[in-house]
Amino acid sequence: MARRMMEGSQAVASAVALCRPQVISAYPITPQTHIVQELGQKVADGDLVAEFVNVESEHSAASVVLGASATGVRVYTASSSQGIMLMAEVLFNISGMRLPVVLTCVNRALSAPLSIWNDQQDSISVRDSGFLQLYAENNQEAADLVYQAYRIAEDHRIALPVMVCMDGYILSHAWEGVDIPDQSTVDAFLPPFEPIYKLDPDQPLTFGMFMEPDKYLENRYMIQNAMERAVGVIQEVAHDFERAFGRASAGVMEEYQTADASTVFVVMGSLASTIKEVVDELRERGEKVGLLRLVSYRPFPQDLVCGALARAKSIIVIEKALSLGGPAPLVSELRSAFYGRPAQPGVTGFVAGLGGRDITVDTVKAALERARTGAGVDGFLDLRTDLELEGE
Amino acid sequence: MAQAVDTDHLFASGHTACAGCGQSLAARLVLRAAGPNIIATNSTGCLEVFSSNYPHSAWRVPWIHSLFENSAAVASGVEAALRISGRLDGIRVIGQGGDGGTADIGFGALSGMFERGHDILFVCYDNEAYMNTGVQRSGLTPFDASTTTSPAGRESWGNRTGKKNLPQIAVAHGVPYVATTSVGYPFDLDKKVKKALSIRGPKYLQVFVPCPLGWRHDTSLCTSIAKMVVETGLYPVLEYENGVLTSARRITKKRPVEEYLKPQGRYAHLFNREGGAEEVAKIQALADDNIARFGLMDKPAEAKKAEVVAKVFTASELAGFDGLEGRPAYVAYKGRVYDVTGSSLWEDGEHQLEHRAGRDLTREMENAPHDEDSLGSLPVVGEFKA
Repeated sequence: MARRMMEGSQAVASAVALCRPQVISAYPITPQTHIVQELGQKVADGDLVAEFVNVESEHSAASVVLGASATGVRVYTASSSQGIMLMAEVLFNISGMRLPVVLTCVNRALSAPLSIWNDQQDSISVRDSGFLQLYAENNQEAADLVYQAYRIAEDHRIALPVMVCMDGYILSHAWEGVDIPDQSTVDAFLPPFEPIYKLDPDQPLTFGMFMEPDKYLENRYMIQNAMERAVGVIQEVAHDFERAFGRASAGVMEEYQTADASTVFVVMGSLASTIKEVVDELRERGEKVGLLRLVSYRPFPQDLVCGALARAKSIIVIEKALSLGGPAPLVSELRSAFYGRPAQPGVTGFVAGLGGRDITVDTVKAALERARTGAGVDGFLDLRTDLELEGE
Repeated sequence: MAQAVDTDHLFASGHTACAGCGQSLAARLVLRAAGPNIIATNSTGCLEVFSSNYPHSAWRVPWIHSLFENSAAVASGVEAALRISGRLDGIRVIGQGGDGGTADIGFGALSGMFERGHDILFVCYDNEAYMNTGVQRSGLTPFDASTTTSPAGRESWGNRTGKKNLPQIAVAHGVPYVATTSVGYPFDLDKKVKKALSIRGPKYLQVFVPCPLGWRHDTSLCTSIAKMVVETGLYPVLEYENGVLTSARRITKKRPVEEYLKPQGRYAHLFNREGGAEEVAKIQALADDNIARFGLMDKPAEAKKAEVVAKVFTASELAGFDGLEGRPAYVAYKGRVYDVTGSSLWEDGEHQLEHRAGRDLTREMENAPHDEDSLGSLPVVGEFKA
């Protein structure tokens, strides 16, 4: 194992290559490009034996890996933002056919207005696609989740695709020290792909049939069950990962200083690192603050989350996505998870960082202050006051 | 007597296509020509719906349907997977779609498949509209056809544009084999599928398939409409190899477009309204233009008029009388050679989609639903010695 300084995209590409995908297909979009460029170079140099299919759209990128996965080989694709939107139709189709595709979503805002910068509206908008969604905090994790994603996706108890999400630029273009394991470690952790079914003339099967109303619902029910099973499988794979790689994996979530915390932040992705700074600082002053970092948004491990937060008095959700016209996605889900449970902490939700606006230590402290004075009142953080806003 | 109907098709019976469906017939013939060692993809549409109602499948080959517009991209993925795992030599990949899934919504994916050079035969079953959703206009709907979204009305004669020229677009991509055919000529279809699959790289085959429901013609007319469209010149049956036109099915007896248009309800408005004749004339001009452009009525370059050189035919001599391109059609049975050229059951040397002229049919006749009396009225032109 070697720890090297590298860009987040390079770390992900290295991890993907070590998983030996046989078909890679992608369409360029900022900020995903560095990952697929790096993979293209590995194929060009013969360091990775794979078909790299340069397609004419993200819709086709997802369709190519769909077809290749159904033919029984391990596949990879990556995208961002509008690319995820254009893939959306195919993403639902991939999970419906129970194909273990692994995809990196380099999180970026959605147009309009056009923004190439980070938030998480893209992956959140395909929440219901049937992809598992795992959010990385840093580049080490963005890489480590790739090995685990293949194990989870290809597990015959699950047979569902996995989307590993990493914040655009903040992670994808940031240089950090990353441990990249050797091939034998990855091979021991991740055996060759054994499809349950595949397209093969020796045993002709029909994929992608239509179902009438007397069967469709049961099909969706089975996928829902597989998603629920995935909570346990993610934990199990994280445990195996730690044994194989000698490094912890968070599994479905990470708890940071939550044991005695009366106030707990809940976030996904790289924002957790900023919040850990704030937690450390406030703890020095004796304030009982903690963080629950959700890795797995789908499946949503609600029993584990509620259990971990049961002792808290106040929960502050900061998220980088909206549900226009309704409460933000993560906070509404968390409130719903607590409904009917004995513990009823106050939950306050904030939306921040959309379109790449920095979320600083001060932003986080402001959230804390607002939750103290107006618990349960959701809102935006860092809204500018120097602009005339429609309807204000 | 052995069973006359082949029940062992790779595209099994029991599917739910409409009576007289040209697409189901064409799909069956494509699979028959391709054989079992293929993987097929399919866009959303009639073919997909009538063949894959879970848990019933008509496909005896590995088959995948994903979405409407991605059949060519899914096929690209299948091909890439076979290539990287060293299985592409033994397994051929066939992409399939209707005209909408191929020429409209799936056009980008098709272009990508062509341009990347995947080793895939893409078959477009062209029934000239979105039939599965209820006969809406597509980019391959012909001029003046009435569809539900290009209806004829007081101010309209139906579809205002002509067919997108997809074969030429495929040629422009540098696709090594591009062909058109019609389900009315099953041997031509068979030959083209086999030829396409013998070529490496992308291939495009566009098959004219009548839709009695959408075109509003009698279900018994499927194959005759599919022949007539070719005989008028409206649907040239062509073959391009490496960008060069290498064959164009010649028209021996040109039919006026009226004969083709009249049995179809989608053109009824051309015959019951004032001004219809001018519209028919415009369609005739399209047919005449095709005939001139592709030389559909020119004499064959090397007019190999087969001649009766002997009263005794060998197998290779008999093969010259195949009924194609104006040649006479002879068949042998129990040592006698019969002339079937004038028989309505043997148009272009083909009989019941199964039998070809220019051959000894003694063994095939054992399985026929009729006996040798049916040959009695045909002129005997010689003896056959294998």
